[in-house]
Amino acid sequence: MFTIIDLVQPNNLDEAYQILSDKRNNTILGGCAFLKMGKKRINTGVDLTNLKLSYIQERDNFIEIGAMTSLRELETHPLLKEYYNGVLPQSVRDIIGVQFRNGVTVGASVYSKYGFSDLITALLCLDTEVELFKAGRMPLADFLTMPKAKDILVRLWIKKTLRQAIYLSFRSSASDYSVLNVAVSKLDNHWTIAVGARPSKAAIAVSASAMLSQEVLTLEEIEEIAQKASEELSFGTNQRGTATYRKALCKALVKRGIMEVLPCKSN
Amino acid sequence: MQIELTINEKAVKWEVAFDELLADTLRSHGFLSIKTACDTSCCGLCTVWIDGKSRLSCSILSLQAHGKKITTIEGLPKEAEEFAQILSAEGAEQCGFCSPGFIMSVLAMKNELVNPSEEEIIHYLTGNLCRCTGYMGQLRAIKTFLGVA
Amino acid sequence: MKSVGHSIRKIDGMAIATGKPVYTEDLAMDNALVVKILRSPHAYAKIRSIDLSKAESLEGVECILTYKDVPNVRFTLAGQSYPEPSPYDRLILDQIVRYVGDEVAIIAAVDEKTAQLAMKRIKVEYEVMEPVLDFEQAIGHSSIVHPEEDLSCNFEIGLNKEKNIASSYHEEVGDVEEELKRCAVVVEDVYYPQAQAHTMMETYRAFSYLDHTGRLIVVSSTQVPFHIRRQLARALQIPASKIRVIKPRIGGGFGGKQTGAGDVFAALVTLKTGKPALIIYDRKETFTCTTSRHAMRLRVKLGADQDGIIRAIDMQVLSDTGAYGEHAPTVLGCVGHYTLPLYNKTRAVRFDGHAVYTNKMPAGAFRGYGATQGTFALESIVNKLAERLKLDPTEIRLKNISKVGETFLTGQGVMLGSTSLDQCIVRGKELIGWDEKFPRREVGPNKVRAVGMAITMQGSGIANIGTASAEIRLNDDGNFTLLTGATDMGTGCDTILSQMAAEILEIPMEIIIVNAGDTDTSPYDPGSYASSTTYVAGTAVVKAAEELKSKILAQSAAFLGVSREDVELNGLAVRTLSGDQEISFAKLAELTILGTGKLQLVGYATHGSEVSPPPYVAGFAEVEVDRETGKVDLIDYVAVIDCGTVINPNLARIQAEGGIAQGIGMALYEQVRYDELGKMATNTFMQYKIPTRKDVGKVRIEFEVSYEPTGPFGAKSIGEVVANTPPPAISHAIYNAVGVRENHLPITPEKVFLGMQK
Ligand SMILES: Cc1cc2nc3c(=O)[nH]c(=O)nc-3n(C[C@H](O)[C@H](O)[C@H](O)COP(=O)(O)OP(=O)(O)OC[C@H]3O[C@@H](n4cnc5c(N)ncnc54)[C@H](O)[C@@H]3O)c2cc1C
Ligand code: FES
Ligand code: FES
Repeated sequence: MFTIIDLVQPNNLDEAYQILSDKRNNTILGGCAFLKMGKKRINTGVDLTNLKLSYIQERDNFIEIGAMTSLRELETHPLLKEYYNGVLPQSVRDIIGVQFRNGVTVGASVYSKYGFSDLITALLCLDTEVELFKAGRMPLADFLTMPKAKDILVRLWIKKTLRQAIYLSFRSSASDYSVLNVAVSKLDNHWTIAVGARPSKAAIAVSASAMLSQEVLTLEEIEEIAQKASEELSFGTNQRGTATYRKALCKALVKRGIMEVLPCKSN
Repeated sequence: MQIELTINEKAVKWEVAFDELLADTLRSHGFLSIKTACDTSCCGLCTVWIDGKSRLSCSILSLQAHGKKITTIEGLPKEAEEFAQILSAEGAEQCGFCSPGFIMSVLAMKNELVNPSEEEIIHYLTGNLCRCTGYMGQLRAIKTFLGVA
Repeated sequence: MKSVGHSIRKIDGMAIATGKPVYTEDLAMDNALVVKILRSPHAYAKIRSIDLSKAESLEGVECILTYKDVPNVRFTLAGQSYPEPSPYDRLILDQIVRYVGDEVAIIAAVDEKTAQLAMKRIKVEYEVMEPVLDFEQAIGHSSIVHPEEDLSCNFEIGLNKEKNIASSYHEEVGDVEEELKRCAVVVEDVYYPQAQAHTMMETYRAFSYLDHTGRLIVVSSTQVPFHIRRQLARALQIPASKIRVIKPRIGGGFGGKQTGAGDVFAALVTLKTGKPALIIYDRKETFTCTTSRHAMRLRVKLGADQDGIIRAIDMQVLSDTGAYGEHAPTVLGCVGHYTLPLYNKTRAVRFDGHAVYTNKMPAGAFRGYGATQGTFALESIVNKLAERLKLDPTEIRLKNISKVGETFLTGQGVMLGSTSLDQCIVRGKELIGWDEKFPRREVGPNKVRAVGMAITMQGSGIANIGTASAEIRLNDDGNFTLLTGATDMGTGCDTILSQMAAEILEIPMEIIIVNAGDTDTSPYDPGSYASSTTYVAGTAVVKAAEELKSKILAQSAAFLGVSREDVELNGLAVRTLSGDQEISFAKLAELTILGTGKLQLVGYATHGSEVSPPPYVAGFAEVEVDRETGKVDLIDYVAVIDCGTVINPNLARIQAEGGIAQGIGMALYEQVRYDELGKMATNTFMQYKIPTRKDVGKVRIEFEVSYEPTGPFGAKSIGEVVANTPPPAISHAIYNAVGVRENHLPITPEKVFLGMQK
């Protein structure tokens, strides 16, 4: 169990960041589900509750999601069901249970760059940007490869497009972590294949995504592309599966993802 | 630190430690319906409502409940009794340890979903583990309760 | 019948469902000391030194106890009737620690934080030794898990500690080798059922205090209050008469709570300090420092003639009992006892087994108790035999199963008193749609569905060992009190036993008070295990109720001035057969108990059975397997059950559904795993996945009633037998779907996938 010596609920981000950077052991608190499992000794816990960051907003060109938004809101929000073929609600629905998702936050889920993450994989196949208090706004893919620095994830910006996407996760049992997860999306002829829980963090299969940008696809071509995706990405072994198995799953899931996106109308 | 919150419609001021979890605070104030069965937010036994939404009381700092409205099964005697009658008529409260949290989820579901299908019911309640019953009896009870048999 | 056979609501149902404070922790005193255990980080080590100075000086630390502070008498935590077959191989705290998690020191403090802090400040130096981690390497390993001289057994259990053998068992009837030679077909294989965690939702816990006479009171979440009392008496070296064990409502057991856990630590603290003490195992301790199902290796050989009549069975079993031998000999024996009698056309059977010590968490009692592991092996090999002979798996069972009045080779002449297993198989076949679905159907690109099946048996109580007593009193106000030692752990036996009493006494259940699970007031009962409660304790209740009924009739007749033959029960009264005179129970109570009555009417009985009649299940699984990923979805599970007369259909159904779900977990998802240093990797619900409601598919239960002549109202047992069929039936279905025979449980998608690549 973690310990917290002091706790603050700042009223603005400047203050929050100030306190966060004050001491090495000062820590942002999201829903605390992950933090509480650790043994971390937190000097000052910075609770973002008062910053009004729990919202999902439609803007002209973007959908904006505040860091303190719960995964359950993501799952049930009408806007997100409507956009991108509902890929975001789909991606989080198997994480533990409703009362769990009511508590855990989007900000923590993205900021932590968990390898097993369902949400990051889905976000990665969309045009997602991350806004950090200090480092500013950047594409999610850049954020994922950036070295970890103390910062506050403030919100996500997802470009509002007619992108159609599919999310598939493979779990050994219903509420377990993914052994592998895959998101495939298509906007006009631009495809993106993202693969997560490899078990390292999600990445885009760049070459395979590029190969997809043809008009008509035969089953053989799709299988070839899926094969390509499984070859260009690296896979590792952990308790939930071996690298070999993950590679095979990647091929199977990418193939299914492509076949499911194909019939979706993006205009 | 002192927090102010509403527990089962009653305003209270409680002294809590910074790293105290709501489940422990509730039990120490006599809300003994709160059961916990894990340290990893996986079992759902500790489910309460915070501002009307089901939450894991083991996974929220008591301080984060400041200013909020908490409901435990003690605060819903009528609704809980109504469902518990059906559940126990089905024999589906075996050891009963998971029941309070389960009932809080079922009642939250009743408020949130209209005419849920079997699949929706199962999805909504996946976060409530039960080792005794195998879940089938609970499902029968819910269907009777919601009149969706 | 008015009570028996009806789905009566559990008498404690509403209280437990709505969260009333009726469990151990709810009842503990607020000022109880918090007890925490410092545990070994090493799989096998000797304690060189322990420095408590920095911990003891902390304010709020009440006491810290080490191996130097405990009685030097070995005991067993196994909750079994005296003389326990499990070896006396543990001390409360020992200088040698035998697995990661073994107890090193007991800390008692005013609150949890202080206890945790004190724990961190204890400095222990260990001499680390080479652990025995692979149970297949245990015999003859250079490390000896129990080198101590004072390890003892109550009787010969085949213990050979130099070889790390906790127990050996051999049983042979006929000449197996010869018989196998004569068989037209012989099939063999090796099976590995895994260690499985009970994961009852209420973890292990107990609190203790001294009462007004200085006696030690232990309130414990246990299945075996009387055994806990005896265990504490031996471990703490105090007379049993100085101990009272009370069992409140308990949040699940599944056999886990047939083995003692924290009781002895809390009790020791109370004895040392005179203060109330509370111990609660957290989930991690429950996973890593209690018991699990025994992991086993079973080599099975089966010989049959051309028509599929099984003539010879050979079973060689290696069982991993872990660091201590709780239930080691009995679980081992039960592997054979609860499988070999299924098929009695055999001419020779042989069982040869060893339970070995390793430096891992001890195994213990777990619902199914060896039958689960044995069933997985035997039923899997029978399915293999059926395939070899091109016989329908259901047909081969129908040809071979035992019938009423028959005996079996290892059964010492005991005749089978009841079975409807044949009907269970026929009905299960219908329900699952066997004839249309066997063996497989393609249902889409890369998706195939298939069915599989298995049968199983268990016992009902332990013949000639398990005895239960019951007492029923007519109270001063005309109500009744039923006193039993039976231990309701959510299973509903308080309800079921009062249903039986109500049936005999022809009274409504509401006027029966049940008093159970308290060693001071309850008549002796071994506890809730071995599927004994309904069958053994039930019979005791029936006998006690009959005795009381006869006393009520006789006494009433005397008061009415007629002969015993001229009266009968009539509602809450006794009346003459002619109907012109009547005396109410209330009046009878008044006349017998109050004033000059001088004889409270009491019925009392002790019952033990010379037989342990088997309940049966025929289990059928339908799975869908994804050819590209190896994912197995359980679509449908049908279990048709013969538990004799069903005393309470709803409670029996829930028992069955819950047992099947545990079996499904064992078949597909659950496994206790260790790292290379012997540290358990699956110590949370995050890493050890029990089935959620999305993982169990649809489970359907039906009963095929039989009548067991030795059971109360014809009943047998149901609690354990229901856990056994899923592993072999699901494994069979997967084989039928994609041709992968996976003998290592659980059958994960990756194993299926790799199997398909071969
Ligand atoms: C048992 C369990 C199972 C899970 N299974 C899955 C799964 O299958 N799939 C999946 O995708 N996820 C899973 N998760 C992860 C979960 O979805 C959340 O992502 C995780 O719990 C973190 O959310 P939280 O709000 O609880 O964060 P916290 O525990 O509060 O914080 C986690 C980390 O993020 C930091 N942090 C929080 N908010 C911010 C912010 N705004 N800016 C910067 N840093 C911040 C914290 O300082 C901390 O280091 C699981 C978690 C648990 C506990
Ligand atoms: S106690 Fe298990 S989820 Fe809260
Ligand atoms: S009834 Fe025991 S855990 Fe659900």
